[in-house]
Amino acid sequence: MSRLEKRPEPSRRMMLASPLIAAVAMLLTGSVMFFFLGQEPLHAFHVYFIKPWTTLYGVGELLLKATPLILCGVGLAIGFRANVANIGADGQLTVGAIAAGAVALYFDQVQAWWVLPLMLAAGALGGMLWAAIPALLRTRFNTSEILVSLMLVYVAYHLLSYLVHGPMRDPDGFNFPQSKMFGESATLPLLVEGLRVNAAFILSLVAAAAAWFFCKHTFAGYRMQVSGMAPAAALYAGFSEPRNVWLAFMVSGALAGVAGVGEVAGPLGQMQPSVSAGYGFAAIIVAYVGRLHPLGVVLSALLMSLLYIGGETAQIELQVPSAITGMFQGLLLFYLLAADLFIHYRFKPRKRHLPAVVGETA
Amino acid sequence: MIDTALLIAFLASTAGAATPLVVASMGELVTERSGVLNLGMEGMMLVGAVTGFGVTLATGQMWLGLLAAMAAGMLMSLIFGFLVLTLQTNQVATGLALTLFGIGVSAFMGRGFVGQTVERMPQLTFPLLSEIPFVGPLLFRFDGMVYASVALVVLIGWMLARTRLGLVIRAVGESPHSAHAIGFPVIALRYGTVLFGGAMAGLGGAYLSLALTPMWVEGMTAGRGWIALAQVVFATWKPRGVLVGAYLFGGVTVLQFHGQGLGLAIPSEFLSMLPYLATIVVLVIICRNPQTILLNKPMSLGQNFKAD
Repeated sequence: MSRLEKRPEPSRRMMLASPLIAAVAMLLTGSVMFFFLGQEPLHAFHVYFIKPWTTLYGVGELLLKATPLILCGVGLAIGFRANVANIGADGQLTVGAIAAGAVALYFDQVQAWWVLPLMLAAGALGGMLWAAIPALLRTRFNTSEILVSLMLVYVAYHLLSYLVHGPMRDPDGFNFPQSKMFGESATLPLLVEGLRVNAAFILSLVAAAAAWFFCKHTFAGYRMQVSGMAPAAALYAGFSEPRNVWLAFMVSGALAGVAGVGEVAGPLGQMQPSVSAGYGFAAIIVAYVGRLHPLGVVLSALLMSLLYIGGETAQIELQVPSAITGMFQGLLLFYLLAADLFIHYRFKPRKRHLPAVVGETA
Repeated sequence: MIDTALLIAFLASTAGAATPLVVASMGELVTERSGVLNLGMEGMMLVGAVTGFGVTLATGQMWLGLLAAMAAGMLMSLIFGFLVLTLQTNQVATGLALTLFGIGVSAFMGRGFVGQTVERMPQLTFPLLSEIPFVGPLLFRFDGMVYASVALVVLIGWMLARTRLGLVIRAVGESPHSAHAIGFPVIALRYGTVLFGGAMAGLGGAYLSLALTPMWVEGMTAGRGWIALAQVVFATWKPRGVLVGAYLFGGVTVLQFHGQGLGLAIPSEFLSMLPYLATIVVLVIICRNPQTILLNKPMSLGQNFKAD
């Protein structure tokens, strides 16, 4: 028997190790689950977690899926650092996609280089606009940004649904609820011919690098970090809370909006009733598993992307239900939170107060 | 001039839409009164919905389905309780994880149920009373859960205000350290309120899949778990407020089904947005006065407690 003992100071080593522990625990749980689903665990494990890496196409898909997760995850991480809980990235992503889609459809006949940059700008603005609502209500009326940003996710879904059933619907599309396909100049260029990964991936890496610079080397980034870790100190230093809230929401809204552009101007190529496979929510896990650090986010986004792709591969090859992906995502976060215990605590063998009787524990 | 039959139908379906919110919010209210914020409502409701539906489908016994849904909700909240109360994890992050996990688990469990139906939860029939014009269909033609949910509000209100258990729950929520010093088992009590919250969320979820729309659809709670959380804030942590809020929301929610009949020429998607927008508007109204929140919110809400 052992008991937990508080460490004199948080363990840096555990801080880096706990995401790895969580990932390993999740992979082990995955293998056990495959066993209960009647699969040969090692084979299933191989199909789910290894196979996507073995082909060039698979790697391309991994990077493609990681793109919106990095973009949303980096933005959310900046907010979470300052205790600003933006949970509505999926809504901001959706509105970003709507704004970009509106630009693409409006300039449908135009073949020009500026259409794509305009879409990106519109997407970023759309995401910021949607993020401005919870920021405004939190700073003006003290309303929980968690609940407001979440409610707006559902509003955004319905807005998109209205648009693809109505104003944005392709007139020649046999009444399918989707827009016409975007033209060449409204589609993101592919990175490698034959793969679906596109220029948005580069943007996501740039965003992660910029976020790293922001957190590490700017005063605003420092201010946000202090506010998150020591609110009282931040108050004493005169750091403005509203300014942090606004900054966090504007950055994460813009990045989520760009992620939305990446979807509609990338793999989808048109407006559809749903443009996100829950990336905004998965990005919450990505941010935490990435230790709220921009570079960590990139790595954890790749892991999360592997869960998506592996899920699809396993569904096709093993007839394992794809819903398993969502379970793995949730489990990963559970394990991370549990493993974080060891940052502040360590196991210590319990001292026996009575002399042990020989053979008692045999 | 609005048709009386339509008005009756509108008001009666309001009660149906309000009931899952009442049940789930009451669970969360008790949890929050003890100082624990469980953001996993949506996930627990979904797992309750799928479990209740599956068990009812398999056994043909709705009461078994409801019991199983409560057990499933409790199991989910036990994960939350273990992480938050025993391992001292952050409540917000853990609650979010529970929701994400619940979305995944329910989709996984429910993959065989899509397209199947069960018999809708039956209405209770009160001889004579149900036949009274206007009043009959408005008050005496509901399923048992509608009445039970109102009774739950009264019961919890009484429990919190008048019983020793209620006093202890409130004491723990206001000041866990003082409660601990007096000798109350803070962690054990919080486990209890968390489990109760899970049971009620599961039950509320099962009402969706067994009574409101007797089928299983992935993600069928559509944010009701979050609305239930918001309800606790509108209610300023008071049981009565939950009832008022939930019926208000029930009304807004059913507008989308009766919108056209009521002569509202608005696309259905915009009517569907109403409950979410209404939630935001009411939250703003309640929260704009910081005094209201400060005076009523349990002082230790969201903060972990560790003895010694």
